[in-house]
Amino acid sequence: MNDLLSKYPEEIKTILAKYPSEQKRSAVMPLLFLAQRKEGYIREQALSEISQILDIQETEVATLVGFYTLFHDGKTGIYHIQVCTDLCCALRGSEDFLTGLCEALEIKPGETSQDGMVTVEEVKCLAACDKAPMFQVQGKDGISYHENCNVDNTLEMIQEWRESGAAEQEETK
Amino acid sequence: MSKYVLLRHRDIPNIKDLKVYQDQDGFKAFKKAVTSLDQGEVTEIVKASGLRGRGGAGFPTGLKWSFMDQDNWPHYVVANADESEPGTFKDREIIEENPLQFLEGVAIGSYAVGAQLAYIYLRGEFWQLAEFLDGKINELEKAGLLGENLFGTEYSLKIHTHLGAGAYICGEETALLESLEGKRGQPRLRPPFPPSFGLYGKPTVVNNVETFTNIPLIMENGAEWYRDLGTEDSAGVKVFSLSGRVKKPGNYELPFGSTYRELIFEHGGGILNDAQIKAIMPAGASSAILRASDKVLDTPLEYASIRKLGSDLGSGSVIVIDETISMDWVIKKTIDFFKHESCGKCTPCREGNYWMSYLTRKIHSGEKTEEQIQLLYDVASNIQGKCLCALGEFSVMGVLTSIDRFPEDFGREPIGSDKG
Ligand SMILES: Cc1cc2nc3c(=O)[nH]c(=O)nc-3n(C[C@H](O)[C@H](O)[C@H](O)COP(=O)(O)O)c2cc1C
Ligand code: SF4
Ligand code: FES
Repeated sequence: MNDLLSKYPEEIKTILAKYPSEQKRSAVMPLLFLAQRKEGYIREQALSEISQILDIQETEVATLVGFYTLFHDGKTGIYHIQVCTDLCCALRGSEDFLTGLCEALEIKPGETSQDGMVTVEEVKCLAACDKAPMFQVQGKDGISYHENCNVDNTLEMIQEWRESGAAEQEETK
Repeated sequence: MSKYVLLRHRDIPNIKDLKVYQDQDGFKAFKKAVTSLDQGEVTEIVKASGLRGRGGAGFPTGLKWSFMDQDNWPHYVVANADESEPGTFKDREIIEENPLQFLEGVAIGSYAVGAQLAYIYLRGEFWQLAEFLDGKINELEKAGLLGENLFGTEYSLKIHTHLGAGAYICGEETALLESLEGKRGQPRLRPPFPPSFGLYGKPTVVNNVETFTNIPLIMENGAEWYRDLGTEDSAGVKVFSLSGRVKKPGNYELPFGSTYRELIFEHGGGILNDAQIKAIMPAGASSAILRASDKVLDTPLEYASIRKLGSDLGSGSVIVIDETISMDWVIKKTIDFFKHESCGKCTPCREGNYWMSYLTRKIHSGEKTEEQIQLLYDVASNIQGKCLCALGEFSVMGVLTSIDRFPEDFGREPIGSDKG
């Protein structure tokens, strides 16, 4: 039983069609993104499912998860707030922004908030150097950019997630 | 007509819509190429235009295309949209705002080298941009501007997007190709170069997003028109990403031959809080760092003249440092970056960056002893020339030039006269 294949038959077909049929292996990263889509991390089972789809070794799939920073193999906060503290952003106040945000959330960079909702991390340049402080959010719905931020409007955004998260939980009850 | 060549969205609203783009003669150049020029002729025009690669190395684009091995098929084209060098954010604006001109450039390039399949490799963080481009590609297929038997000819072309997943090294073209093949993004030994051994071992052209975006207007207006926009040494225009301690950071499209003074003080509005400018990093975190003297500020922006100053124009990612910043902090930041991004394939880069990170941190936290600084300098010098790819070489540039050109920030005697 291949969960990934039964869950996303159309998506997988579209992905495979992008590459020459004898070069299926090229689809491994798109499939990892697909496997990560719903939960924000890649379950071990998905590795073998992907290796089956592409006829490659499971270990070859696994090494990619380790190599590329956008793949996650463990559950963390639902939302990763990834603040760019690389050179250009740091020249425009992003380190102070990070400190302020973490203080308000009572965590250190790299940690997850008490309610398990947000993990705040530092990342390298995101190609938005003219709009610092900025961060990307990696969450259930992919990646989004937030630019020219301050601590207050970021906290408001987190509050909204908390409220909508609570609403979702109500619904599934 | 727009006063821009690349950032045309700034005075043509909605140029990202196909209708508007076509009203501006969009896709005429591609159609003309496919229906009336043979493939070698397109390459000749690009060669004659003097266009050089905008991804950093500045290699002549037409010449690269002419290197494609004609005895080995199929051919591929790959657009490099990995854009991960700190200080670089031009390709993102081009794709977001002027995507069709970029796609038309990829299409013309593909036709020129006989490729029927092209990939756009975007950094994973550009996930939304990739979806946006997928939509545009779809629209072009529906309009008969991409796909099978284009304009009633034998020529067919498919373009696909492909996402990376967070690794700066995948911007290096051979690492990018490995990644696109579904492997870890680690550089290949070169030669062979991609035009003889590229994607799936087949001849491949890899060019930067901005490079491709120049092509449609070169085809439309001619090589001479493009050359005349720039200088003898550096043809055409360049998008400079300006960041750091300036009032108005952003992308500025300027003809080659403009100066840093114009870029930073006219366009960028000058230095934050009207402080003194101290240093310029011409090419992002990979720069050999320049001391900002009058001579530097008034040097024309060209590949050759920046090299003469002791740096490189690179991808045109200009980071401005002012007097409030100490260079020992700057190199701590750049080494943080390179240590994180070293792919680990070769020892000098992997271990060397680990050491440089240890030392730059120590020095920044106050241990500015001559011994530590000399050690850092020696470690950096020992990495130079021993790396498999340019990342390792890039990593030491900032360290060596900071210590050489800003000795006072490392507790050394200031240089007497401003050598610039
Ligand atoms: C470490 C490293 C990172 C690079 N990153 C990029 C990048 O993000 N985008 C890019 O176009 N070129 C990048 N390059 C340059 C590419 O290897 C290659 O030269 C370029 O894509 C060729 O296109 P061009 O001739 O149009 O510039 C990088 C090179 C190195 C060594
Ligand atoms: S120089 Fe660094 S990034 Fe380049 S191949 Fe060697 S370890 Fe990898
Ligand atoms: S340095 Fe932060 S986005 Fe480039």
